[in-house]
Parts: sequence; C-alpha cells; structure tokens
Amino acid sequence: MSNETEVVAKKFTPQDFHNGTVVRWCPGCGDYAILAAVQKVLAERERPPHMYTFVSGIGCSSRFPLYMSTYGFHSIHGRALAVATGLKAANPEQEVWLITGDGDCLSIGGNHFIHALRRNQDVKILLFNNEIYGLTKGQYSPTSQMGMINKTAPYGTIEEPVSPIRLALAAGATFVARTSDNDLNHMAEVLRRAADHKGSAFVEILQNCVIFNDKVHEDYYGVKTRKDTLVYLHHGEPVLYGKTVEKALVVDGFKFKSVETAHAGADKPYVFDEHEDTGSIASMLSKLGHPDFPVPVGVFRSVVHPAYHELMHAQIDTARQANGEPDLGKLLKGPKTWVVK
Amino acid sequence: MSTADAGIMGNTERLDVKELDSVTILFAGDSGDGMQVTGSQFTDASVVFGNDISTFPDFPAEIRAPAGTINGVSAYQLHFSNHDIRTPGDAVDTLVAMNAAALKKYLPELRKGGIILVDKAGFGPNELKKVDYASNPLEDGSLSDYRVVALDITPQTIAAVKPSGITGRNAERCKNFYTLGVVFYLYDRPVEPTLLEIKKRFAKKEPAIAEANILAIQAGYNLAHTIELFRTTYRVKRSVFEPGEYRNISGNLATALGVAAAASKSGRKVFFGSYPITPATDILHELSRLKHFGVLTFQAEDEIAAVASSVGASYGGAIGVTCSSGPGIALKSEAINLAVMTELPLVVIDVQRGGPSTGLPTKTEQADLLMALFGRNSDSPIPIIAPATPGECFQAMYEACRLAVKYMTPVMYLSDGYLANGAEPWMVPKVEDLKPFEFGWGLDPATYKPYGRNPATGARPWAVPGTPGLDNRLTGIEKDSQGRINYESDNHQRATTERFAKIAKMAQEIPPIQVAGAADGGDLLVISWGGTYGATLTAVEAVHKMGKSIGHIHLRWLNPLPSDLLGIMKKYKKIVVPEINVGQLAYHLQGTYALPVSSYSRVRGKAFTVGELVTHFNSLLG
Repeated sequence: MSNETEVVAKKFTPQDFHNGTVVRWCPGCGDYAILAAVQKVLAERERPPHMYTFVSGIGCSSRFPLYMSTYGFHSIHGRALAVATGLKAANPEQEVWLITGDGDCLSIGGNHFIHALRRNQDVKILLFNNEIYGLTKGQYSPTSQMGMINKTAPYGTIEEPVSPIRLALAAGATFVARTSDNDLNHMAEVLRRAADHKGSAFVEILQNCVIFNDKVHEDYYGVKTRKDTLVYLHHGEPVLYGKTVEKALVVDGFKFKSVETAHAGADKPYVFDEHEDTGSIASMLSKLGHPDFPVPVGVFRSVVHPAYHELMHAQIDTARQANGEPDLGKLLKGPKTWVVK
Repeated sequence: MSTADAGIMGNTERLDVKELDSVTILFAGDSGDGMQVTGSQFTDASVVFGNDISTFPDFPAEIRAPAGTINGVSAYQLHFSNHDIRTPGDAVDTLVAMNAAALKKYLPELRKGGIILVDKAGFGPNELKKVDYASNPLEDGSLSDYRVVALDITPQTIAAVKPSGITGRNAERCKNFYTLGVVFYLYDRPVEPTLLEIKKRFAKKEPAIAEANILAIQAGYNLAHTIELFRTTYRVKRSVFEPGEYRNISGNLATALGVAAAASKSGRKVFFGSYPITPATDILHELSRLKHFGVLTFQAEDEIAAVASSVGASYGGAIGVTCSSGPGIALKSEAINLAVMTELPLVVIDVQRGGPSTGLPTKTEQADLLMALFGRNSDSPIPIIAPATPGECFQAMYEACRLAVKYMTPVMYLSDGYLANGAEPWMVPKVEDLKPFEFGWGLDPATYKPYGRNPATGARPWAVPGTPGLDNRLTGIEKDSQGRINYESDNHQRATTERFAKIAKMAQEIPPIQVAGAADGGDLLVISWGGTYGATLTAVEAVHKMGKSIGHIHLRWLNPLPSDLLGIMKKYKKIVVPEINVGQLAYHLQGTYALPVSSYSRVRGKAFTVGELVTHFNSLLG
C-alpha cells in the first residue's frame, strides 16, 4: 500500500484534504477553525490524503471526517477509539486521526479513552471540548463546570467536571497537549507535534459552542486577557507569563505557586521538561486553572514508548519465526490423528 | 446389595467378557480430582481404538468451590460405541464417583443396574456431612439397585507411586490415574497408548510425575485384574467410519480452527476482538496461540470495544470477528448495527449459555435465536448460521467468514455450551477443498461507488484504506449509493429494501435440505437447529424404525431460511420443533410461514435425551 514515488513528488494544499461537501456546522462554530487548521497542517506533510483515516463517534465534532478527502469512518457514540484500535491493527500503514467531543470521549466513551491511552494506540486524538452536549441541544457534559445552568440542570449542575488532561496523564498517555480554536498558530503548532508523535497523541482543543455554551473559555482565552490568564508551555524554557512576562510558576512541594519574577528571591521559575517520564509535573500543571492560576496550554507531556500495533506485529513476527511458515493442513490435524481405511 | 468389596480377596468366579454396542461412563469428583484429565485420557484411548465417541464435560461455574461440596463437583461424560453415535448418552452405565458429593449429584443419571465405582476415602464422616448424607450410602443399602465397587483408591495410589519418589498430596493427586487403570480394565482398553502419551507429556519436565502416573495406572489396572474386581468385563468393538483421517475435536476448538483457516485461505488478516466470557473464551485462548496464521487477537476492555474494534478492522481491510456469549452479544448490538448500516464484513460468534442476565454460565441453552434475529434497533437483517455438531463448527465458522466478505455483511454464528465443550471424532478436511474467498468487485476508481452493488450478491465494494482513488467516508447515518448522508424518505425506503434483498439473496448459498426418515411427507416433521441435532436425529430414526411416519430436517441457516423449507413443511400433517428454549424457532417459523408448529421445549441447562424425544414424538403420532 505504499506510494513512495507519489509521496516524494507531491505537495498538497489544504484544499486537497477537503472533499467538496458543504460543511454544516452552525455559523460561528469553533469547529470550522479546527477543520481548517487540520487541513493546513496535513497539507504541509508528505503523506497523501488516502494514507489517512479519520474516525469519529457521534456529536457535532464527529461530522468532521465527512468533510475530509481522506478515508473516514463516522461510527457510533463513544466507540470511535475502539473502532480506531481495530483499524490501526489491521492496517498499520494508515495514519489514524480521531475526532471526538467531551461527551463522546469522556462520558459514554470514557472506558475506551482510558484503555486506548494506556495501550499507547497510535492514534491522534483531537478532543473538541466545549463543555456541553451540542447535537442533543444543550445538556451538561462531563466537563461542564460545577453549578452551570443548562437544560438538564436548571438549578445548576452538582457534578465536579473531569479534567481531560489529568485523566489522559493518569491513563499513561505518551503525548498530551491543550490548545484552543481561537489560537490558530498555536493550534497548528500543537497539531504538527501531535501528527509527528508515534503512539497516542491526545490534544484537548478548547472549542466554542456558539449556540449552547458561547464564550465558555472566554474568561481565560479571551484575546485581550489571555497573556495574564494563560501560560504557554515550552520545553526547556522557564514557565513564565503575564503581559510583560512578569510572572513565573515555581514548584512548591507537590504543587505550583505563581510569583512575580522581580520579587522571586530564592524561588526559581520551573524549567519545563515535557519528557519527564513519571508525568508528575505534567499532572501538577494540569491542576492549574482559572481564576487562581493561568491555564497551561501547549504540550504537557511527550515521551516515546512503543505503540500497541508495533508490539502486536512484533509478536506476530516472533511467532512466525518460532513456528515457521504457517501450515494450515498441519494445524487442522492437531497433535493426534488416526486413519480409517 | 451386590457390593463387590475389593478388600476381599479370593473371588474365584471365572471372568466373563460381554460384548456391548455402546457404553456411557461418567467420571465425577471434586474440581481438584482431575476428572477432566481422566475423561479425556479415556476418550483418547477409545478413539485410537476405533470407537465412535461423543463427550461432554460438566464443570462448576465456581473455579474452586469448597472441596467436597456439590458445587465443587466436576464431571466428564463419555459415550463410546461400535456404531455412529451423536450424543454423550442418555443414561450412564458406569459412574465413577471420587467422593460423596459426586455420587449424590450424579446418581440420578445412572441407569438401574449400573456400576458405581467409588473411592472410599471420599466417604468419610466429613464428606458425608457436607452433602447431608445421614448415613453412608455405601453401607446403608440405599444403593441396592446398582453394582457398587468401593475401593481404597487413595491409600493404594499413595502406596503404588512410592517408587517414583512422589509423596503426600502430590501422590494422592495420582488417584485419577489409578481410577483410570481400573476403568481401562473394566472396558478392556489397552493401556499402552496412554502410558506413551504420559511419557511424552511429562517425561522431560517432570519425569517423577510421569513415573508416578504410570505406576498409578498400572496399579489400578493390575488390581482390577488380579483380584478379579468385576465378574464381568465389557468390550465395545470398533465403529465403522467413512475412510479418512480423523482427530477428536471440541466445538470451540473447531470454531477457532475455522477462524484460522479463514485467515489462511482469504489472504486477509483476521482481527479477533473478544472479551473473556464463559463458555466462549476457549476460542480466544486458542487463537491467541495462532498469531502466525494471520489472526490478530485483541482482548478488549469490554464487549463493546471487542465488536467495535472488529468493525474498525473490517473497514481497515481485515476480516473482523468478535466472540462472546449471550450477555456480551446484548452489549454488542449497537455496533453490530453499525456493520449492518455500513455493510462491512463481521462475524459475531455467540456461544449460547443458559438463562437471562448471568443465568447459568456453564450450562447450555439455545435461547439467543430471537435476539440474533431481532435484537437490534430498527429493521436490521443479518444472516444466521448455526453448526449442528462439534466438528461441524469448523465448516460453519469458515463459511461465516467467507460469506461475511462475499456479501459484505455481519454474520451471526450461533454455537452453544453443549457444542462448545462437547467433542467427537472429526474427519480432518483437506485445505485444498475449502472454498475460495470472493472479494474485489467494484474497485475501479473510475466507476467506484461506495454503495454500488454487485448484481450477483448485492454486496457493495470493499475498498481498503490506503488505496488511491477509493477514499470513502462511512457513516451509520442513512446515505445514498455514493455514501452521502441522505435523510429523505424515499431514500430510506430504497436503502432498507436493498439491505433486506441482499440478505435474502444469501439463500442461494444454502444447499438443498436433506430429509431423514419419511422423506416424502407424512404424519410428523421434526425440525431442529443447532446442538440438538444429534439427539433429535437419533430419536427420529428410532421412531421411524418403529414403523411410524416421521421425518426430520435440521436447519443450519436460520436467516435467511432455506428456500425449499416451506415446500417440505407443507408435506407433513404435524410439525414439531424441539428446542432448548421456550419455543423460539417454532415462533419464528409460524410467523414466517403461517403454518401451525408445535414446540417441545426444555430448559434445564442440558441437552435433550434421546429417550424423552422418542416419547414426545410417539405421543404426537398417537
């Protein structure tokens, strides 16, 4: 299935990744920006559209594969990661991307999410997190903030939201990142990193639902305030933020504290290491949130472990070497036969 | 009471060998007593000798229930004969009971006058108390209808294996082989093949264990011989088999081999997504060892992931197979419908077990038929194939895979606990005789339509991701023939009709029905399906021999139904369907053909006996 000559010769445009179907998200939906960013990033790479498969479950975001010119499978609610797992095992040459939402991935699909990450399935998982069920018209999701008023919680929700990043880290994800649909260059950069990661690449994209949860991420991702309310993680650099980069995050026991760099004294800004293998620092970072702390965005963790399909096919190769060429006739006969004449 | 007390030497009556047509032995003991090993060793010896055999293990759901209790009893039933047999036997001729619990549980299965062989050590005060025996049945005369042979198996085994250096608990463990020796003598089996087998299995790793087991068998055999334990011993001659090469095989193993054969012959990988569940898990065990045949086994996090990953694999170009039992199939139904809607190959193995919810996990039933037919949302046609015997599981599984690909559809494969664990001699098929896989239609990029239809089969093309020019986006949403989402009413009508027409077309794959007994019509037609084949056919043959007008057909396809079925049904005055459920096929046939069909239903977690079927058929024939 390799098309090496084509791969080397051809350069792509974002349009090459669009199949011409009219996109049917609500006007102003954050999904448009994500679709454009993915198509832009894929066009920069050498892999042709037919060597990608986009898999999704059910929800607004899950229509995504239907707009791509790649192979695609819009499956059933919550199960996209399981579908992707079989697909990647059967067809390891395909690069598999998965589009999911907060309900699809973390509620009905929570179990598959945990297990796909712990197995390090080689799938790029883009979670569109708008903290609401959109396609069913406005019920709370597992990421909705405590107290949020909506159709199924007219008196406010009484559930603590799950942190997708923290859950992904706990499940052992080898690549974990966060970006936003209104931060286009950053999103493209994170997607590039995810695309090049071998193994599970999990990207939480803070996404705006203009109809049912408009401006849900505005308090920290608003264009005017974000320098004070976000902190961009860069590997090997101190974790600094603020309008004039006047603030820093400092490790304080088992948590972070924010200090003014001018008055930091003995406190050294934490120099971010995305390869830190235990995931402890990434987990501590994942707990930071608005309004007490800036919201960390960027790559939280990037480590290299063998992917599931690699281990699976390596086992098959080993079994082939140990057993020789498979002989079906011999297998059917089993250890003992007798002949009737 | 005719207790042959083995302790009394000097029984000088002359030994007498009696010829029998068939014998049923049931080995029963505590889970740790090794009765499955004893049973399979006797089975191997019998098949090598040339008997026809049919076996069925019966083990508890609990892994290690308390020793000495009824719940902890594990058993192995073996029917061997000099003629073609199809069931593990109605009534037991010889019951081997290693303790009081085993006797209590299985005594009702023993025919009057049958032999009871017991280990006295299993009948101490504690053992009797655990199963509420007020007095020792070996001594209180309650077994006077049977021939009781009570031996000191435990101490004699320990003494016999001493030269091997094995002592204590490990020595005691050899008592199943000691017992095997006794039974070998009783039924005039040569012991040498078994001794060779033990040497082969243990000699390298555990030579002392091998020696101990051999000593135990020989001691049991010699004891029975020397002290003339049985006044009469028995002999069952060779059976007549069709010429060919045979092996002994269980239904689950045959199913697994069918999957491996599909991978091998199709040239495509098989992706086998499964989650452990009794009584289906053996298939996953077996295939996990057969990776080099191109079978990708995946132990999923749950039943839904097992089937969904299989559907994804089929999209990726492999043959997706998922495997479970009833509770798991219930969880899979939404994802099976995804394969119905996207028209991808998928094989769903349901090894049926007893009861709703957890029910009777280790017992058999065939009560998932209507779930297989109708247990999904909306109109969701899928073909259903059900093997009739353990050996037939191979061919049925291979066909399920082949036709899933040929017709681009999920196929439901209904086995059951009885077929799964039952075993029989199986003529090993020749690899070159297996039918080829057919796919590759409609893949010219110039004319490719994701839901275009092969006129011969109604199947849509199977485009593998990675192929230039055939990119497609599948969805569970209704769509037009180009695969584009389409919610229009006429389009849904067209698409539904096409999905049904495709499955109906599969009737062309079904061979003509063979009618046994009264083939040209008559008073009673018996219709069976699945694992009840052997008992039903045997019963019909018996009733037919009595001169009654009775015919039998066995359905291996439950959907679509064979096109010649209605014509055959119309030729009989009465129709009856014996089933291990409350009448599901009977209900389906009546609904389909509007003909009166009566049901003979038994749900006791076990197979029909031939005797009860004969009685029922006779009662219908008046």
